[in-house]
Amino acid sequence: MASASLMKSRWFPIAVGASSVFAVFALLELLLKIGLVNRYIVPFPSDVVMALERIIVEENVPARIRETGFEMLCSCVAVILIGVPIGTALYRYRALRRAIVDWVAAMAAAPLVLAFPLFLVLFGRSSLTIIVMSIITGLAPIIIKTTEGLSGVRPVLMNVGRSLKLTDTQMFWKILMPAALPVIFSGIRLSWTFVLISVVGIEFLINLGGLGQLINDLAERYDLPGTYAAISFVIIVSVCFFMLLERVETWLRPIR
Amino acid sequence: MASTDQVNAPRATASRGWITSGRVSERDTNLIRIGILLGVAAVWEAVSRSGWLFRDVVPSLLAIGASIWKLLMNPAFYANLQVTAWEVFASLVIGGALGIFVGILIGANRFLAAAYEPYVYYLAPTPRIIFFPVMIMWFGVGVASKIALGALSCFFTVALSTAGGMRQIDKVLIRVGNSFRATPWQMGTKIYLPAMRVPVLNGIRLGFGTATVTALLAETKLSNQGLGFMIMQIYARFDMPSLYGLLIIVFVIAGLGNLILGKVTGTSD
Repeated sequence: MASASLMKSRWFPIAVGASSVFAVFALLELLLKIGLVNRYIVPFPSDVVMALERIIVEENVPARIRETGFEMLCSCVAVILIGVPIGTALYRYRALRRAIVDWVAAMAAAPLVLAFPLFLVLFGRSSLTIIVMSIITGLAPIIIKTTEGLSGVRPVLMNVGRSLKLTDTQMFWKILMPAALPVIFSGIRLSWTFVLISVVGIEFLINLGGLGQLINDLAERYDLPGTYAAISFVIIVSVCFFMLLERVETWLRPIR
Repeated sequence: MASTDQVNAPRATASRGWITSGRVSERDTNLIRIGILLGVAAVWEAVSRSGWLFRDVVPSLLAIGASIWKLLMNPAFYANLQVTAWEVFASLVIGGALGIFVGILIGANRFLAAAYEPYVYYLAPTPRIIFFPVMIMWFGVGVASKIALGALSCFFTVALSTAGGMRQIDKVLIRVGNSFRATPWQMGTKIYLPAMRVPVLNGIRLGFGTATVTALLAETKLSNQGLGFMIMQIYARFDMPSLYGLLIIVFVIAGLGNLILGKVTGTSD
């Protein structure tokens, strides 16, 4: 009886998940100690944990977070400022929507980030390259979702606006935008996820900037625990970012 | 409320204001598309000839066209294409198989899903390219590290899609299987696999996209073969028409691959 209620508890599976991850690390530590896993390829998990503090202090992680954060902020704001008006225009002009919506969808699936050498030539090896590349990578989802959100606004709401004789501007800000906001935000969430992947990825590839460069630097120095710690750190930052976006999206959902 | 919506729907879509009214013919759509393409080409060519930007940064369309032709006639292009194609294929097979296996496990069992799915879910959108140094340490600088990284990218997409597919299976189908006293093998092959075909194939299609991008990016970072390596070689020579040309070819190949996979699996939009 007690075991059945334990299985039904919300926290039990979470505890099992966390403890099995911990067990895997403990096993790895053991295998490394007895020499079954090569310690020149995989560092001791305990060393990785210890290295976290070291890289935060020695590699100036706060400054790197600021740099990556600045690139993220610029790109995230720009995708909204560019993507939402384009999505709105595609909603408003049906002919234009029919003509190019497939192109926008294709853009979302295309390996655009591969064009980074082109942008290196255009803008040099600078943060501008990372920002422009990330904006281009993140635009498609927000355009598609803005059009989808606005198209999904219930006609009855539009008719209420018309019966109140709202102007086009009032109709957009008082009816369309609030009603479409949850869908538009899911586009923002997708776009910002693309932006994060692009910013960190390009920083790593061109060895410039904040957190992406940190991984590259440590790997080139063959600082094994440091490299693993830096990767873990970027993963933790990414996961926190996604969780935060998800919270905001859930918070916005009841508006609909 | 729903009935009010339905009654008002035709009036709302055909009225003035925020929604442009009327039907758009296929001919008009094509005309707009052609107009946009011609407009972009004209602006591009004007900028190219104006000298406003550094020479060759915006090469003429003719030069890009000629470079595409030259690349397609170059045997080295096909050798590199073969390497990248192999990396993507192997990534898809390894990552896809592991993804389906894990997806079935967490999709079929609520406890396992509650315990382990958050890890798969939150790791899925992290930038995979940052794992490249680890893959180099484990698998060397050759093709194997690109395959491993591609498989890692593909795994998460396929696993999440398969788990979602498992949960969407109609319970009636499972009860029918049980009432016929189907063996686990029969349940798997006759009920589960056909019922979750679409989400799994969709996951594989998405996995193809992520595996392609990751393998190509890894090639740009450290490689001596593959299309990503070729892009970096052309970039190092500052041969801009060829850089544009190769990028266009890669985008077309990735798009065609996605389209073909969509047609083959029956999951195209």
